[in-house]
Amino acid sequence: MHRMLHIEPSLCTGCLQCEMACSFEHEGEFNPARSRIRVFEFEHGRTSVPYTCTQCVEAWCMKACPTAAISVDMELGAKLVSPEACVGCKACVAACPFGTIEFNPASGKVDKCDFCGGDPKCASACPTDAITYVDAGALGVGRMQASAQQAAQGGA
Amino acid sequence: MSWQGKLLRINLTSGELTPEPLNMEWANDYIGERGLATKYLWENMDPKADAMGPDNTLIFATGPLTGTSASTSGRYAVVTKGPLTGAIACSNSGGKFGAELKYAGFDLLLIEGRSEKPVYLLIEGDEISLASADRIWGKTVWETDAWIKKQHHNPMLKIATIGVAGERGVRYAAVVNDLHRAAGRSGVGTVMGSKNLKAIAVRGTGGVRVKDPKRFMEVTDEMKNLLAKSTGGLTKYGTNAMMDTMQEFGGLPTNNFQQVQFDGYDKIDAKAMLKTDETGHTNLLTNKACFGCTIACGRIAHIREDHFTIQNRKEYWHASGGLEYETAFAFGPVVGVDDIDACTFAGYLMNEHGMDPISFGVTLAAAMELYEMGVITTDDTDGVELNFGNAEALTIMAEKTGKQEGFGEILGMGSLRMCQKYGHPELSMTVKGQEFAGYDSRALQGMGLGYATGNRGACHLKHDTFDVDMDDQTGEGKAEPCKTSQDWTAAVDSSGLCMFTMGAWGATEFAAQLDADSEGDWTAERLMASGERIWNLERMFNLAAGLTRADDTLPKRLLKDPAPSGTAKGRVNELDRMLPEYYDLRGWNEAGEPTEDTLGRLGLS
Repeated sequence: MHRMLHIEPSLCTGCLQCEMACSFEHEGEFNPARSRIRVFEFEHGRTSVPYTCTQCVEAWCMKACPTAAISVDMELGAKLVSPEACVGCKACVAACPFGTIEFNPASGKVDKCDFCGGDPKCASACPTDAITYVDAGALGVGRMQASAQQAAQGGA
Repeated sequence: MSWQGKLLRINLTSGELTPEPLNMEWANDYIGERGLATKYLWENMDPKADAMGPDNTLIFATGPLTGTSASTSGRYAVVTKGPLTGAIACSNSGGKFGAELKYAGFDLLLIEGRSEKPVYLLIEGDEISLASADRIWGKTVWETDAWIKKQHHNPMLKIATIGVAGERGVRYAAVVNDLHRAAGRSGVGTVMGSKNLKAIAVRGTGGVRVKDPKRFMEVTDEMKNLLAKSTGGLTKYGTNAMMDTMQEFGGLPTNNFQQVQFDGYDKIDAKAMLKTDETGHTNLLTNKACFGCTIACGRIAHIREDHFTIQNRKEYWHASGGLEYETAFAFGPVVGVDDIDACTFAGYLMNEHGMDPISFGVTLAAAMELYEMGVITTDDTDGVELNFGNAEALTIMAEKTGKQEGFGEILGMGSLRMCQKYGHPELSMTVKGQEFAGYDSRALQGMGLGYATGNRGACHLKHDTFDVDMDDQTGEGKAEPCKTSQDWTAAVDSSGLCMFTMGAWGATEFAAQLDADSEGDWTAERLMASGERIWNLERMFNLAAGLTRADDTLPKRLLKDPAPSGTAKGRVNELDRMLPEYYDLRGWNEAGEPTEDTLGRLGLS
């Protein structure tokens, strides 16, 4: 089963535990600037939105990479960067329409979400379930159900 | 370990910026944040110096746990000599600024001297500079935040700044970070303004490492689970749930502490914030966390667009920080106002102009009493009728004070100086010149002792006698919990975590997290001893600054005028009974000075 990170901004409080968990997993330190997931705030904190790689099936980053440094984890569906093969050209950064693959000046390579090998630390660190790791084929079901309930009650 | 091991000394007179190694011996004795900053203050300035002169020192300090994944790890403290009290001032704040400072490689900023012209400090990776603030001097907190980010093309900058109130000498100006979190009390923003330092903008891309990562993750996960079990109410209702408790108990200061219960409380309490009105408007939009916090007690609210305060001012038609208990108290019962939109707007103005809502509200309350007595008239108040309950007067005066216009210049002096000016110092609801928070000390006896002995003046955040105060309305047995909780709170503040965790975590739980975080073999006993050391060093600063036992007191109203209603009806605060017992427990002499034995025991000789 391909799973993905399902993000529900309405539940996010902006605590950044996800950023710390991500950077701790990948860098061994708490460093939000190196987190592969980022939380953005709008209108004085009215909304906080976690944002990360959606693991496109036909990934722009992967297609753009001239050294074939980006590969697919067939089991998880995650796109993985090989630090050995990455030359830091940033073609993938330019290609990604979402900005979710980022150049790391410290290493000279690019970083992106890799699902932590199937146990994404951002999701387990989230105290409000704003980030969950769920079946990619059933992402809309929760919202469909909520909308159906509204319709049943004579709402939208 | 989680310290970066580095501080930045900023001499504003010479413009020199000097990184220095952090004194780890002091970090071991004073934990960090509040405690460590107190030690640096003590070693770097004469406590007799003018609080608003160049010889005052201003310190921004993180704690050992700041910037880690421990819950509530976003805090930093601002420590300096306070312009309201002439005593040590220590205010801490959440938001994201504190953690960012740590990620930028600095545990602490030590600011000395005074810049000839307005400047702001920029720390962006390795680039550190003082830049001209000509174009933001006179701007609000919100304008300054936006301008700096735009100027440096960096939306990731975290900014702590003063508003116009801090520039123009309002005695209780705040340092506001991340738009609506603040080191709010004791005029730390006033000191920043007196140094011609408008703002500090930081972007940090470095990391924080802990001593024992595996153990740290295990223990902090366990602590987060423990915390979640007891903080659901704080998450849902915020601190303003306290309004109902204080109303019922009769400890809700009303009309400048003339009463202890307020009829309109349920129009501005936590439930009122959640209620949808007839137009479909709900005050509260969402709750909000500071950095690392798994409680998220912060409120994000908005004001009805047709409300008189903003109906013609579209610039305020947006969400921002909403009412906490203390802001609801300071714009509500103590000034007799029960208009939730006016209270929320006054809160916006405090953040926008950079002021402490508690000191502003309690100062306005004294002005209202002076007005109702006929001591001041509309000739003094720019034509505004300053009666208790006048919501329009609240918001007009909040704005006038923030901008230092008209009668706002008088309100900006703080309650004590204003009441002295009009010949009625007895109406000032202050200790050491700092205004009370929203708890009446006739109903909460230990709170009164905590206010009277507070090192930064009246303050509800530096001790915790709440449970014993609710259980019994006499002065009996309050000295010990007051003393112990003062020491404990000093330790908690110094760790870099938030005191709202104290209900779930005791000294053992804190020590377990701190010991996995940094060197020093932290135990519950060591933390408590450090807290007591910090409290006593603050006291030593105050004694050296010229404060005496006579400053450990309460206004006559709380010592002589019985509570008119509520659980404590007929009672006054029994400070005379509690204070000698407290001094004795502290190991202080009758003059309120630590004895040689006490100083020796604490390593302060």
